[in-house]
Amino acid sequence: MAEMNAKSPCDGLLPIAAGDVHLSEIPMTLMTSISPFKGQTAALSEALKAAHGMALPAPNRATGRDGARVVWIGREQVMLIGPEPAASLEAHGALTDQSDAWAVVRLYGEGAEDVLARLVPVDLRAAVFKRGHTVRTMLQHMSVSITRVGDSAFQIMAFRSMAKTLVHEVETAMKGVAARDAS
Amino acid sequence: MRITCPICGERDRREFYYVGDAVALSRPDPDDGDIAWDDYVHNRDNPAGVTRDLWYHEGGCGAWLVVTRNTVTHEVLQTELASDAKEAMA
Ligand SMILES: [Zn+2]
Repeated sequence: MAEMNAKSPCDGLLPIAAGDVHLSEIPMTLMTSISPFKGQTAALSEALKAAHGMALPAPNRATGRDGARVVWIGREQVMLIGPEPAASLEAHGALTDQSDAWAVVRLYGEGAEDVLARLVPVDLRAAVFKRGHTVRTMLQHMSVSITRVGDSAFQIMAFRSMAKTLVHEVETAMKGVAARDAS
Repeated sequence: MRITCPICGERDRREFYYVGDAVALSRPDPDDGDIAWDDYVHNRDNPAGVTRDLWYHEGGCGAWLVVTRNTVTHEVLQTELASDAKEAMA
């Protein structure tokens, strides 16, 4: 029988660094998209709090912490990242396992904002995009989810099939920022 | 050009996909006859001025929007969720 090995989306591509900015892969974990049934948003939030200690985030927001997050990823849709979803959630929303569908990376370090400013048409500076804020937007031509997870740290999610492109785009911007800082 | 998504906020035009006249929200009934369907499928006004179009927030939240804008001045006058616009028509 063939031996099956789990291979992460950015295997062999990360980590990388340029100047003070680092890009690393967040280890693969459980990812479950949750779409509340009509009229069940408040009940789903209560069930999430009871089971996982995190409320349902409002649009453009994320709740939780490293290892257990709920990230808003679109209209009537959030992603539970980390925990195995409690069965109690199923009464209030549609749950879909997306664990192997996404490449998830962490961009961090002084200057991470400058890197994203070259790639993303949304203002992600700390004054307006604080910890716990998230956006669905484009990174160049790619659809992504970006969440501020620290003072100078971002989680970026892209579709798994775009992992190499994601790394290439971010690496190019990282080198550009580093070259400018050095000159 | 910038469009304000009711869910995401003000965003760059490149996040949105243009779909066409918001007449798609007013589909005739199946037995309304050939004339109504011919009009719905083929005939569009092409005004120099205010239009009401469907846009898709493809690079954002994924919502369908009705955007009212002026093709002469490029002003975006109003944006609303297509689901809200459809409900308001009922
Ligand atoms: Zn939106």
